[in-house]
Amino acid sequence: MVGIVNYGMGNVFSVSKAVEHVGSKVKICNNPKDLDSVEKIILPGVGAFKDCIKTLQHLGFTDALNERVLIKGLPIYGICLGMQVMAKKSYEFGEHDGLGWFDGSIVPIKPKDKRLKIPHVGWNEVSFKKQSPLFDCFESNPKMYFVHSYQVKLDDDKNLDAYCCYESRITAAIRKGNIFGTQFHPEKSQDMGLRVLENFIKWNP
Amino acid sequence: MRASSFDSSLMVLVTTINFAETIEIGDPISQAKIFDAQAADELVFLDLDASKENRSSLINIVRSVAKQIFIPLTVGGGINTIDDIVVLLANGADKISINTSAVRNPNFINESAKRFGSSTIVVSIDYKKRSDGTYSVYIDSGKEDTGLDPVEWSIDCAKRGAGELMICSIERDGTGKGLDLDITKRISDAVSIPVISSGGCGLASDFAKGYLVGGAHAVASGTYFCFKDQSFMQVRAHIKNAGVPIRLFT
Repeated sequence: MVGIVNYGMGNVFSVSKAVEHVGSKVKICNNPKDLDSVEKIILPGVGAFKDCIKTLQHLGFTDALNERVLIKGLPIYGICLGMQVMAKKSYEFGEHDGLGWFDGSIVPIKPKDKRLKIPHVGWNEVSFKKQSPLFDCFESNPKMYFVHSYQVKLDDDKNLDAYCCYESRITAAIRKGNIFGTQFHPEKSQDMGLRVLENFIKWNP
Repeated sequence: MRASSFDSSLMVLVTTINFAETIEIGDPISQAKIFDAQAADELVFLDLDASKENRSSLINIVRSVAKQIFIPLTVGGGINTIDDIVVLLANGADKISINTSAVRNPNFINESAKRFGSSTIVVSIDYKKRSDGTYSVYIDSGKEDTGLDPVEWSIDCAKRGAGELMICSIERDGTGKGLDLDITKRISDAVSIPVISSGGCGLASDFAKGYLVGGAHAVASGTYFCFKDQSFMQVRAHIKNAGVPIRLFT
């Protein structure tokens, strides 16, 4: 059973349909107690960092997620803002603390080439680390759908699982043990994206 | 390439010519599945009637598509309030297109971008070229001339927080005469947000020109994919061969 955190920010409907499509049962978790009966967690997210972290806190999800992910070791997959909120800090509209699960911060994408537009929206090629559980099935670099104006800047490469290029490298995926995250939307990236979701669902620590 | 402007009226998919003549194509959902199978990059569903009465049909279509098609969906047509947006997003829409309501109440762009994030809000701009070579923005399905200059309006929309712009040439719509590359370039150069150009694609090369000459971030089309044996793969190959980095296969 995969639990999808519903905190009012994120395309819960399409994420849940995609997870069902790849063959897993889904539970929409509207409050922290709902996380009791799931084996894996997906944290979607669309919108601004500070609203996301405040809402998660307000609804009691922060403590529940810390407990299940950091202590119990439940696998979790953060999508887009859902991944960004796992970082230490964000500099979007001020300075805000994230969940602090990986060493990195959220900073704006600022290409020097004026022809490159913000948000970074569209399909982009993802280069991945060998033996990455999410990406190992691909023979060549897959294209995934991105839509974001802020990016994850990792303190070092140890948690970097994949990157794409938009003038310079942008973190496309992170991984730290049972914690996974992608900047792109697997539920919007057609067959390739669905395979990434499937790989997460099939993964065991 | 960003594919498929769906002009959807009730449960029927239509294409239009100059926003006036309407040709019925068929079921929007089955057509969406075909486009998805042919590897369209995104789908845009526009309710041309833009009426409150159609809203539940539109919602049902979006919901049904979101259950089985896993590419980005942009939905528009008569979106006037924050609640309109909430409902569509909850039913599977990824992005919302606003057009007439943005012109009538520009603050709606600011409000919705703040509430849902800029990347969720696409402002659609329909325009006509006057005989003296200047352009004007039209609203209400091309029925009302606002007198606004599309370049200035685009700049204003971007400032207010629009995440993307989708521009459409009314006189080229459905004609296959090619995109209006001139205004596409002027708008693309004027704003730092992505611009989707549409209206008039008739040849695969029209798409490529949209990127290379017009500087568009994406190209949308409806009529092009509805009548002949034109597939996304053929157009994609052409665009790639012309030097534009576009994904070739799923």
